[in-house]
Amino acid sequence: MKKFPITFKNFGKSSILVEWPNEVKEEILTDIIRFKAILKTELNTDFELVPAYNSLAIIDNTKSVNLSKLESKLFSLYTKQTSIEKHKRTLWKLPVCYDSEFGIDLEEVAQNLKITTSDLIKMHTSHQYTVYGIGFLPGFMYLGGLPKKMETKRRSTPRLNVEKGAVGLAGEQTGVYPQESPGGWNIIGNCPIPMFNVKSKEPCFVSVGDKIKFEPITRAEYELHKIQGEVGIYKPEKTFLDA
Amino acid sequence: MLKVLKPGFFTTVQDNGRFGYRDKGVPVSGAMDMGSVSRVNTLLENDSNAAVLEITMTGPTLLFESNTYIALAGAWLSPTLNNEPIYNYKVYKVEKGDILSYGKLEKGFRSYLAVKNGFKSDTVLGSKSQYFPITETKCISELQEIDFDETTSFKPKISELKMDTYLDFNFLEVEKGPEYDMLGDNQLVELFSKEFTVSKENNRMAYQMNEKILGHEKTILTSATQPGTVQFTPAGRLIVLMKDGQTTGGYPRILQLTEEAICVLAQKRSTDSVTFTLV
Repeated sequence: MKKFPITFKNFGKSSILVEWPNEVKEEILTDIIRFKAILKTELNTDFELVPAYNSLAIIDNTKSVNLSKLESKLFSLYTKQTSIEKHKRTLWKLPVCYDSEFGIDLEEVAQNLKITTSDLIKMHTSHQYTVYGIGFLPGFMYLGGLPKKMETKRRSTPRLNVEKGAVGLAGEQTGVYPQESPGGWNIIGNCPIPMFNVKSKEPCFVSVGDKIKFEPITRAEYELHKIQGEVGIYKPEKTFLDA
Repeated sequence: MLKVLKPGFFTTVQDNGRFGYRDKGVPVSGAMDMGSVSRVNTLLENDSNAAVLEITMTGPTLLFESNTYIALAGAWLSPTLNNEPIYNYKVYKVEKGDILSYGKLEKGFRSYLAVKNGFKSDTVLGSKSQYFPITETKCISELQEIDFDETTSFKPKISELKMDTYLDFNFLEVEKGPEYDMLGDNQLVELFSKEFTVSKENNRMAYQMNEKILGHEKTILTSATQPGTVQFTPAGRLIVLMKDGQTTGGYPRILQLTEEAICVLAQKRSTDSVTFTLV
């Protein structure tokens, strides 16, 4: 397992920020997830661990831990070879309906990219995206791995209301709006599965480090999954990948 | 039960906050001025996480439908119980049919109402703090009833606490944030000598400041933020994230407010001014 030159910074009285080199890289994210798993098992205090791109925030909600003493322990846990060497990653298949009723910007985006709408859908659904972070809104994924050919500008005027489940493209990002929200992304489809469900035992099934693949579905399948999602019986399809 | 006759400008149920879901993008929420809340919960000998009402700017009118004991804290909103003035940090007995209402905002911005043993609204992901759409509603509404357990007799060990002076504070104690070192000499001088006024853009998510300092071109990868994190936009604007603030962000984090400073800022409203003091 490759080790990186990580640094520790105080982030207020009750938090430490661990930082990796300032790059968007799969192997950095994998190392962060591995370290997060080690901390979960090795630290006896129940810290809140927030990973993203090249960082991991370790937050002590009890506000009782001496963080300066913790730092050397963290470093030795990082450098030590541990049994959690191979981390299995989850690939989630998320159904998306690209019908024009949902994909309100699909035509426009395809025109701008000089491809057909069916090619655009094919491209969007043929790649695996990596979850580099979850934030901004509950269940909002920062996905990396969009092919260069699909990069498109944000809308010049953001919409006041983007529908829940809307699947969007903006710059080098793609993602799903987990709730109704204002937004400037180009909307190409809709995912009927709730990305965040407070009634579920695990309200957000996706974790940072997971992979996402979008699967095109028909309007009828959309309606079915929507109902299944609402009553909580839809199980998103997952497979395990070796990191 | 407590019946809401008028909800006020923006009144929410809050406890200490919703912990354990930041990695899924869920803000911690909880009372903006936890200092005030822990004092009234102490007075009422409540659990430290007991839920209170957070009252913003304009107070509600509330009808008690059962007996209990209450204590108020935070902003001074000229409260009355059955038209008789009552005061902060003091335990009052209230009886079925009593009406609590509020008058003029004299000082501060957020006031708190605690009842014996706390309010009993729904717990969602481990917290009663209202935050839409994690909770179904974003604030209390007219004619809503909020549950609490009736208490007919209670002898408080301490019946009154001294009023405190933090409502008059205009300095915010801060620690260095993760990107503090990006600041040059000019920016540091501005940051720690200027008075910053709170802009109209202030709410439970964030407080923006009107005055800017010299901007920058530094970009960071999206990374964790916390309540009290001071974000620094390329245009030189300062945004202080508060309790409902997003859990990650892409702006450099130059300062981190102490817990006490979050309470001080929570009591400020637009045009109030503050300075930053490094501790």
